Amino acid sequence: MSSILQYTELYRDNAELIDKGSAPVLNKLRRQAFETLSETASFPAKHTEGFEKTSIEDLFAPDYGINILRKNLPVNLAATFRCDVPRMSTLTGFVVNDAFIPGHDIERKLPEGVIFCSLAKAAEQYPGLVEKHYGRLAPAGDATVALNNMLVQDGVFIYIPRNVIVERPIQIVNIFSSPIPLMALRRILVVAEQGAKASILVCDHTNDTTQNYLSSQIIEIFAGPGSDIGFYDMEESSPLTSRYSRLFASQQQDSRLLVDGITLANGKTRNDYTINLDGPNAEAMLGGMAIGSGNQHIDNNSQLTHTAPYCRSNQIFKYILDDEATGAFEGGINVSHGAIKTQAYQSNRNLLASQGARMHTKPQLLIFCDDVKCSHGATTGQLDQDALFYMRQRGISEKLAKTMLMQAFMADVIETVEMDGLRQRLHHLVEKHLHGEAAFCSDCSFTGTDHDIAPNPENSNE
Amino acid sequence: MTPENKKADKTGNDNAAVIDNATKSDYKYGFVTDIDTDVIPSGLSEEVVRLISAKKNEPEWLLEFRLKAYRHWLTLKMPDWAQLDIPPIDYQAISYFAAPKKKDSPKSLDEVDPELIDTFNKLGIPLEEQKMLSGMAVDAVMDSVSVKTTHREKLAELGIIFCSFSEAVKDYPDLVRRYLGSVVSYRDNFFAALNSAVFSDGSFVYIPKGVRCPMELSTYFRINASGTGQFERTLIVADDDAYVSYLEGCTAPMRDENQLHAAIVEIVVEDHAEVKYSTVQNWYAGDENGRGGVYNFVTKRGLCRGDYSKLSWTQVETGSAITWKYPSCILRGEGSVGEFYSVAVTRNHQQADTGTKMIHLGRNSRSTIVSKGISAGSSQNSYRGLVKVAPDADGCRNYTQCDSLLLSDHCGAHTFPYIDVLNDTAIVEHEATTSKISEEQLFYCNQRGIPTEEAIGLIVNGYAKEVMNKLPMEFAVEAQKLLQITLEGSVG
Repeated sequence: MSSILQYTELYRDNAELIDKGSAPVLNKLRRQAFETLSETASFPAKHTEGFEKTSIEDLFAPDYGINILRKNLPVNLAATFRCDVPRMSTLTGFVVNDAFIPGHDIERKLPEGVIFCSLAKAAEQYPGLVEKHYGRLAPAGDATVALNNMLVQDGVFIYIPRNVIVERPIQIVNIFSSPIPLMALRRILVVAEQGAKASILVCDHTNDTTQNYLSSQIIEIFAGPGSDIGFYDMEESSPLTSRYSRLFASQQQDSRLLVDGITLANGKTRNDYTINLDGPNAEAMLGGMAIGSGNQHIDNNSQLTHTAPYCRSNQIFKYILDDEATGAFEGGINVSHGAIKTQAYQSNRNLLASQGARMHTKPQLLIFCDDVKCSHGATTGQLDQDALFYMRQRGISEKLAKTMLMQAFMADVIETVEMDGLRQRLHHLVEKHLHGEAAFCSDCSFTGTDHDIAPNPENSNE
Repeated sequence: MTPENKKADKTGNDNAAVIDNATKSDYKYGFVTDIDTDVIPSGLSEEVVRLISAKKNEPEWLLEFRLKAYRHWLTLKMPDWAQLDIPPIDYQAISYFAAPKKKDSPKSLDEVDPELIDTFNKLGIPLEEQKMLSGMAVDAVMDSVSVKTTHREKLAELGIIFCSFSEAVKDYPDLVRRYLGSVVSYRDNFFAALNSAVFSDGSFVYIPKGVRCPMELSTYFRINASGTGQFERTLIVADDDAYVSYLEGCTAPMRDENQLHAAIVEIVVEDHAEVKYSTVQNWYAGDENGRGGVYNFVTKRGLCRGDYSKLSWTQVETGSAITWKYPSCILRGEGSVGEFYSVAVTRNHQQADTGTKMIHLGRNSRSTIVSKGISAGSSQNSYRGLVKVAPDADGCRNYTQCDSLLLSDHCGAHTFPYIDVLNDTAIVEHEATTSKISEEQLFYCNQRGIPTEEAIGLIVNGYAKEVMNKLPMEFAVEAQKLLQITLEGSVG
C-alpha cells in the first residue's frame, strides 16, 4: 500500500479544517491536488528513474503528525535561533514548523514596497499578486507537488518591486519544534520584479534532536527581467530529520540567479533544483555542497533548462563524505531546440574519506540544439597523496593536512556565496566540521555588531 | 549418453520429423510455407520454444535453459527508461525460427538498389562479397571459402575452437554448458530472456590455455555466419594466458529482413588472458523519413574472471534505426582491465542509446571509456554508462570521456553517466562535452581550398580517431571511409 493513502484520507476527512486554517488562494489548488494524488499509485520510489538513491515513498511512509489545527506549539525563539551570522544584519522571519512568525519590527525595516510576510496573510492582503504566482512553477501533476498543494496552509511570501534593491539580506529560519513526530509543509514564494535585487538566506534547524521530523518544502522563484537574486539554502538539522525540498525558478531576460544549497547536518535529505532560463541572456549559478558524516544521506538533483538563447549556466556540486554517509547527485543540463549560443557547465567532485562512505553520481546532458557549448565533469576519489606527503614533510600533522586540503576542496563552492558574512561563516563551519567538532551554529558566539536580529521574545509565546 | 538423454533425443528426432512433415505440407496445420525454408509460424509460446530446440536437435539441458528463460520472459515488461522512441513491438507477429531466403532476393547485381552498389564501390568491397551482402544466393561464391578452410586448419592445429553455436552444442557440450549464461543470465533483462528462449544460432570461440590466436577471428569469414537470424548468440572463452581479437559485423550495409535484433554476446576472460572485441555495425537504418530500419537491442557483456585479465570493446555504430546496447565489463579479477571505445553516428531519424558498464569488483581493476557521438539530421544520440566500484574493490581507477558533436540544429545529443562509488580508495573521473564543429576550423579548411563537406569529413575523422585507432588495421581503414560516406549529404 502506498503512503499516499494516509495523506489523501487525511485531506478527505479534514478538508474544511484545512481550508479554514489557510487562505482562499491556497485553498483553490487543494481539490485538484487531491484528485491528482488519488490517481497516483505511489510516490517516486527506488525503481523510479531519478530516485534510485532516495525513495520518496519511504520518506513519506511513517505516520507523522500534521498541524492542521494550526495550534501554536510553544517555542522559545531566542533559545532556538542561534543561526547568527556575524557582520550581517538580516531581515529575519521564522517558520516554526509550518507557521510564519515575523521577526521583531520587521515591517518597519523593510524598504518601501517590499513584502516579506506569511503566505496566508499575503494571500488575503494581495490576492491578485499571490494568485498570479502561487503554484505556477511547481507542476501540479507531480505527486509530491500535489501533496504540498493539498496540505500546505502557510508559508513565506517575498515580493520585491521594480528596481528596488534590498540591501540587507532576508533571512528565513525554518525551525522544527514539537514534542511528537511532525511533518511540516513549507512553502516559499519569491517574486522579484524587473531590476530588483535581493539575497535570501534560508536556514533549517531542529529544536529537538530526539524527534522524527519531515519537511516537504516547495520554493518558487520568479526572477523578473534584469533582476538579481541570491538564494542560499542551508540545512543544519538533526539525524532524525528528513527533508524533501524542491526549488522551481523561472528566469526572465538578463536576470541573474544564484542558488547555493548547503547541507552540513541532516538525516535524509533530497533537494531538487529546477531552474528554467526562459529569457535571453539570463545567467544561472547553482552551487551545492555537502559535508556528510555518520549516517547522513544527501541527495541533490538539479535540472537546468535553457529554453531561451544566449543564456549561461554553471553548476558546481561538491561532497565530502565520511563514516557511513551516502551522497547522491543527479544533474541535468537541458538545452531546448532554438536555445542557441548556450553555455552550460556542470561539475561534480566528491571526496570519500572513509571505507563506508558511498557516492552515486549521474551528471546528464540533454542537448537538442547544435550551437552550444556544454560540458560536465564528475570525479570521485580521495585526497591527493602527493599533496599530503608534501605537507607532512613540512611538519604538518596528517590530520591538519587533511583538513586543510578538504577546506581548499570546498573553497570554490563557498566562494560562490556573495554575502560576505555568510561566506566567512561557512569557511569557519567547514573547518570546524572537518576537525570533527559538532559545528552547529549553536557553537558560534553572538559576536555580531548588529543585535537587532535577535527576535522579540514575545513572538515566541504566540 | 544416459538412457534418459537418449529418450529425449529420440523424442526430439520424432518431433523434428513431425515438424518437417508439417512444414512441408500446404497450410494443413496452419503453417506458412510460401518460402522454401524452415519457418515456424509467427508467435511465441512454450510450444514454439520446444519446437526450435527440437529442430536443432538440442540436448535436454539446453531445452530446459530455453524454457526457464521463456517462463521468466513472460513475467517481464519491456523497459522504457531509454531516451528512445520505440514503436510498440508485437512479439507474437515475429517468426522465431526462420533463416529465410526470400524468393524475391535479387538475381543479379543489376536488380540491387544502385545507391547500395554505389556505397559498395566507395568502400571498395569485392564484387563477390557485394553479391552476398545484397542478399543474393551465395552458394556458388567465393574466394573466402578457401580462405576459411585454410584458416580453420591453422586454428585447429592450435586447439582453437571457432564454430557455429549449434555445432558447439553438439561437439563441445561440456564447454558450452559450463559457460552459457554465466555472464548474461537469462534473468538479466527483457531482451536477454527473449534471446535465451529463442536464440537461433551464433558463434562459439574457445582459446585454450596459453594460446595466442594468430589471426583476427571474424564472423564475416565463417560461412554459417550468414543467416544466424535475429536472435544471435555469441560465446567467447579465453582461457588462462590466451589472446584473441574478434571482429563482428562489417562495414558494408547489410540487407536485413528482420526488424528486431536481440542478440547476446558473452565473453569470459580467465587469468592473464586478453580479448579484443570489435564491432562495426551498419545495418539498414530506415529511409530519410525514418520508415523501416533495424532495431538493434543487444546485450553484450564480458566477465574478466581471472586476475590481470583484459577485455576491450571497440564499436563503430552507424546503422540501425534504433540502437540500444551497452557492451559491459565485469572486472572481477584482481588488476583486471576493461576498455570501451565507441563511435556512434546517427543521422536522419536514427536513434541511439548506447554506452557501457564497468563494474569493478576486483582490487586494482582499471577501466577506460572513450565515447564519441556524432548526430546529424533529426537523429537522437545518447551515451549512457555506469561505472560502479564495489565496497571491497580497493584501488580502482576509471577514466571516462564522452564527447558529442552536433551537425544539425534538429538533432539531439545526450549524456547520462551513472557513477556509483562504494569504496573510498577509488578514483573515478568523468568528463563530457557537447558542441558543434567550430566555424574557425571549417574556415581554416575552406581557406586552403577544401570544400566544406570534405572538411567536415576530415574534422569528424580527426574527432573519432582516438577510437578508430583501436580497431584492427584493415577494419579501421574501412570504418574511416564508412564514417565519411555516412555523413555525406547529411551536413546542413
